Amino acid sequence: MRVLAAMSGGVDSAVAAALAVEAGHDVVGVHMALSRNRDQFRTGSRGCCSIEDAGDARRAADVLGIPYYVWDLSERFEDTVVADFLSEYEAGRTPNPCVRCNEHIKFEALLDKATALGFDAVATGHYAQVVTREVASADGGVRTLRELHRSPNDAKDQSYVLAVAGPERLARAMFPLGGFASKDEVRAEAARRGLSVSAKPDSYDICFVADGDTRGFLRERLGSRPGSVVDTDGAVVGEHDGAYAFTVGQRRGLALGRPAADGRARYVVDVQPATNTVVVGPAELLSVDRIAGEKALWFDGVLPGADGADGAVEPDGDGWFDAEVQVRAHGAAVPARVRAVAGADVAGADASGMEVALTGSPLRGVAAGQSLVVYRGTRVLGQATVSASWRAR
Amino acid sequence: MTVTTPPEPARTPLTVSGAHGDAPREPDGAYLDHAATTPMSAAALAAFVAEAQRTGNASSLHSAGRTSRRAVEEARETLAHALGARPSEVIFTSGGTEADNLAIKGIFWGRRAQDTRRSRVLVSAVEHHAVLDPAFWLAGHAGAEIVLLPVDGDGVLDLDALRAELAAHGDETALISVMWANNEVGSIQPVREVVRAARPYGIPVHTDAVQAVGQTAVDFSDSGVDAMTVSAHKLGGPVGVGALLAKRDLALDAVLHGGGQERGVRSGTLDTASIAAFGVAARHAVDCQPQRAARLTALRDDLVVRVREVDPEAVLRGADPASGRRLPGNAHFTFPGAEGDSLLYLLDSAGVQASTGSACQAGVPQPSHVLLAMGVPEAEARGALRFTLGATSTEADVDRLVAALPQVVARARAAGLVSGRALGGAS
Repeated sequence: MRVLAAMSGGVDSAVAAALAVEAGHDVVGVHMALSRNRDQFRTGSRGCCSIEDAGDARRAADVLGIPYYVWDLSERFEDTVVADFLSEYEAGRTPNPCVRCNEHIKFEALLDKATALGFDAVATGHYAQVVTREVASADGGVRTLRELHRSPNDAKDQSYVLAVAGPERLARAMFPLGGFASKDEVRAEAARRGLSVSAKPDSYDICFVADGDTRGFLRERLGSRPGSVVDTDGAVVGEHDGAYAFTVGQRRGLALGRPAADGRARYVVDVQPATNTVVVGPAELLSVDRIAGEKALWFDGVLPGADGADGAVEPDGDGWFDAEVQVRAHGAAVPARVRAVAGADVAGADASGMEVALTGSPLRGVAAGQSLVVYRGTRVLGQATVSASWRAR
Repeated sequence: MTVTTPPEPARTPLTVSGAHGDAPREPDGAYLDHAATTPMSAAALAAFVAEAQRTGNASSLHSAGRTSRRAVEEARETLAHALGARPSEVIFTSGGTEADNLAIKGIFWGRRAQDTRRSRVLVSAVEHHAVLDPAFWLAGHAGAEIVLLPVDGDGVLDLDALRAELAAHGDETALISVMWANNEVGSIQPVREVVRAARPYGIPVHTDAVQAVGQTAVDFSDSGVDAMTVSAHKLGGPVGVGALLAKRDLALDAVLHGGGQERGVRSGTLDTASIAAFGVAARHAVDCQPQRAARLTALRDDLVVRVREVDPEAVLRGADPASGRRLPGNAHFTFPGAEGDSLLYLLDSAGVQASTGSACQAGVPQPSHVLLAMGVPEAEARGALRFTLGATSTEADVDRLVAALPQVVARARAAGLVSGRALGGAS
């Protein structure tokens, strides 16, 4: 196969490219340039966006003996990932830019361009597994199901941020690191091949936010918008420089002038962009057991098909089925009842939605805008974006 | 004190044989990027190897040094003769970029020291970055005012604009730099007219002739310029050596300070092997230039016709080949709806090596400042591809390009549609 290896300059994508080469594919390395002015991006050797990273990716491609190109996706990145990041915070929500980057850049802009240029697949250094399974189809033939599964490496598993790509796009994705149980193993593979990035530190921050200062970035791009911090009774308890900079569940950085009457810690429990107000309250207000999702997608063979084909789940009369849900990149999945619902997007058009009723303990600080991923065991069933959460019991 | 024994200079001329004697090979496939670099000639490589096998510093006074010095001076005479200059006008450098830096900074400092009113630096808008960037560095660090001289739709300097600028500010101008021929679109500039316009104002003129030597007739003395940049590896010599030809009466400050080599203007131990090879290559390139130009013109014209047959939407950029004001080996197109980097990748994987022609930032091709200066819209400028022919180019190279091109352009256009960037539709 002709494989495009997306090479960030980090160790994971370098080893993924190496494994694609060793599997006998015709591999070309591509580094995505995501900012025109790279000074705006984080410097140092920690991520995927600096000139050093582009040089590391080039060097890895040299060692592997594969052609290497840089593709300028900076306009698309600004128009999708960065624009979404800003508008979501402005709307009082908490975006996950890595999810949006997978949705709009890696598995859309990059994948579509690669496909148009004649590549069969895009290989990345993500930790997740795409499993294909053949099942009987309703018409008596055989149907190939494409499933996304967690990596056996729990700490590194990235199925949560990949689910948004959906089954059709993941059909053209290749995750050579999917079966690796530890990062050390990947580093050892890199060292064994003489890849100089073998000891490069992992990246954690948002790549386009310098020094991890999200609030500073938002203030620079959205401007200062002073407003009030109120408690749940509406009493003003402090000021802020822009409600957009706050996230539900946040405790630090509130700078409240006086302590709560009961002396207990206060958290952001709501962000109201219409009035530029941040609402604070006690921790128990953060606990939710119901979550609504929008822009839902379902993987192949999960829901019973319209043609009568069996699905992986057996919904009850109201459409509910048992599963587990994860609402944070580094959180655990918790048991829940889930159902697919019809919905409408902000413009009123038909859109798929999702409803979740937690069956175990409530979750704290479920922020709108985060990705909601439904699992059964290691298998991803579906994904949506959190639109609301509340306490029902 | 350490006593070192100088190695014995070779007593007999070295015979160059085996791998060293083979003519350097063109890269595999169809290599259509001779403006980036072109294979070294066998004679130049032999001269390089012979000198590299000797030991001697051309500044040393003993016999080993004299041997090196002699090789350097012979090359200086050869180069000067080939380019219509006097040997004393040749300043060897590490290449075209250093020679351009020396010219822009050295002439600016030298001329302004003579006349402190002179702070303006006039450069054409289509200069190579090795001229533009030192000029803008002077603006940021030495109080220079940079004037970008406009060009027409063919990339040729607008002489009326130059004359108007000089009429208004000629007495405040320290330097004019206009390239002999453009590296992207191959347009030949009216350098003699620039000299004629500048002379009444006492303004020194520099020209970057890196792309021109060996392709078209270049004569330093006859052109009237005060300084000229040349580079070895564009004409069959090695990478890493070039020269600035500079008139003896030109006020030229040093950029590299040290041992005082090259008239005190360019310090640094002379690279005898590279310089010797440069001399051999330059003589050969200039001697062969008329026949080579005729052959490459025919080959290039054939390439242009056949590319247009494959893709009637392709737009040839730069001066009309029939005008005689275009380098014989240059063909430059924009392909509407396609991105240059997609075209480049697809051609490369089909064994055809070309260039987008413009500078990269960390590997990202930028829309060419040359095309933008010519008035090409940015979306169309993204679809640029440059083919440049040289001594080793053959009809088979063009055949291979033409065979690969239909699918390459179709695929690049499909990729352009999904990326939504290259929107320069057919007009």
